[in-house]
Amino acid sequence: MSAAAAIIVGVAANVRSQTPTSTSARGVPGDSALEARTSAVASQLRCPVCQGLSIQDSPSELAQQMRSLVRDQLAAGRSPDEVRAYFISKYGEWILLAPAPHGFNLLAYALPVLAIVCGGLVIVVAVRRWTAGSTEAS
Amino acid sequence: MNWRRASIAGLFVIPVLGLFIYGLSHDPHDIPSPLPGKPAPTFALEVFAPGQPPLGRPIGDTVRLAELRGQVVVLNFWASWCLACRDEHVTLSEVARHYADKPVHFVGSLYQDTPNNGRQWIAEMGGQSYPSVQDPHTRTAIDYGLYGVPETFIIGPDGLIAHKITGPASARAVARIVDSLLASGTPGKGAP
Repeated sequence: MSAAAAIIVGVAANVRSQTPTSTSARGVPGDSALEARTSAVASQLRCPVCQGLSIQDSPSELAQQMRSLVRDQLAAGRSPDEVRAYFISKYGEWILLAPAPHGFNLLAYALPVLAIVCGGLVIVVAVRRWTAGSTEAS
Repeated sequence: MNWRRASIAGLFVIPVLGLFIYGLSHDPHDIPSPLPGKPAPTFALEVFAPGQPPLGRPIGDTVRLAELRGQVVVLNFWASWCLACRDEHVTLSEVARHYADKPVHFVGSLYQDTPNNGRQWIAEMGGQSYPSVQDPHTRTAIDYGLYGVPETFIIGPDGLIAHKITGPASARAVARIVDSLLASGTPGKGAP
């Protein structure tokens, strides 16, 4: 299933067996700049065993280990794009909390805007008709 | 009936219904893996449960994927806390014995668990014919895009991931894939 469709139907993976425990101590921050970059990348990656949480926000053991891997890769000199690409190569684009804006995924970005515009138009037309009707009646 | 209004309503309702039907007809737990057809991530992991002769390996030995090139490798991720892993345990052990004289190597990889728990579980389950290794910090599991257990990866002699089985593996499925890889010698994109 594409990431866009996943967003539309409001689903996130909930797997067969997930983690034995849900808490794990976070690593002690060393370099605050590295921590900030880690948080920025981790916030964009989906926790595979949670419902719509990023690995930054999830307390699950797997999320913490993935976050630690993000930190290690950044510390080893990989760019945030390279780290994201690594996770996409393992889990597919599904691992991104926000789908990449291309192809079918564009629907996820376009549909809400389209819905707002169409809803606004319907309201404008309806209000005009009601006011026109009440003006004629008076 | 105002056909114009009905058409406009249909214009909005039909695509939304289409999206709902698409979403509801797909299992959200079934996340397609990008890995089949690609080179298997390498690993070098330490044996914590030796398995049984003739497939066993001593505790502390290191299983290196690179050394298994040319063989079919069945890599099964499991955990003692995983109920579904019980369903496939005996099956995998038996299938591994069946291929004992073939170039097929079964490896179990412990997922988010302790070796002690793993060994105790194996003893409770009546043993395991093939060795199991530990995966510190889950790095190999993440390399294989794991999102739960059990998951089984079948790697061809050419080092490519031929197939991924999500959930308990059946003897028939594993044997069919392994047989096709042994028959073809150089597997392609992967078994269905």
